[in-house]
Amino acid sequence: MTTTFLVRIQREPFDAATEAGKLTRGRTDVGALVTFTGVCRGAEASEPIAALTLEHYPGMAEAEIERYVAEAIERWPLLGVTVIHRHGRIVPGEDIMMVATASSHRQAAFAAAEFLMDYLKTCAPFWKQVEKADGKIWVDAKTTDDVAAERWAVTAGRHAAE
Amino acid sequence: MTIKLRYFAWVRERVGKPDEDIEVPSGVATVGELMVWLASRGEEYAHAFGNPKVIRAAIDRSHVKPQTPIGKASEIAFFPPMTGG
Repeated sequence: MTTTFLVRIQREPFDAATEAGKLTRGRTDVGALVTFTGVCRGAEASEPIAALTLEHYPGMAEAEIERYVAEAIERWPLLGVTVIHRHGRIVPGEDIMMVATASSHRQAAFAAAEFLMDYLKTCAPFWKQVEKADGKIWVDAKTTDDVAAERWAVTAGRHAAE
Repeated sequence: MTIKLRYFAWVRERVGKPDEDIEVPSGVATVGELMVWLASRGEEYAHAFGNPKVIRAAIDRSHVKPQTPIGKASEIAFFPPMTGG
């Protein structure tokens, strides 16, 4: 089983449909393709925002995401994985990041996409800052995201902070 | 021993610089002890590292805990909990 994977950190916009399509192109063993796209909302905590700026730790961001992709490939029978995450200034309506997973059957594709998202949220070194009318504010991490990531650690035997 | 420190997000803003090279003082063996020492370096550092519990760290681009020994680290990064995705 050949698993193709791609991890990309970039400033430029991307086209999620095109990127996801690459996972099925030229092969007939894929039976399930799950795509998650994170989109910039026009409001944060019920307050309108002009934009958000994503800061990241170059080098570590790629390395961390590649670690979760490798773990996902070990845990589920995946045929393809794509993770793209943008940095820099992003305005409401624009895509921030995407995860696409391809497998023969849906269970693996759904589970792996969710696993990757949960780890990405809590462990990949990115920080969001929102631009509001009264200034720029760093977004606080959510404990619900930590809980979401921890449920995978029970079986994975590893934790975000380890 | 000289190591490179890197700061991100509000830790970077509070310290006032993205990175710097420091000499690790004797007696500082762990990442947590390094944060305590950093907090003593001046007002901006105290502001950034005053509550080390909310700061995460990485040694050579891997997440570590406060009790992790600095060892032969060449780069240590400090940042708030991550909010990507």
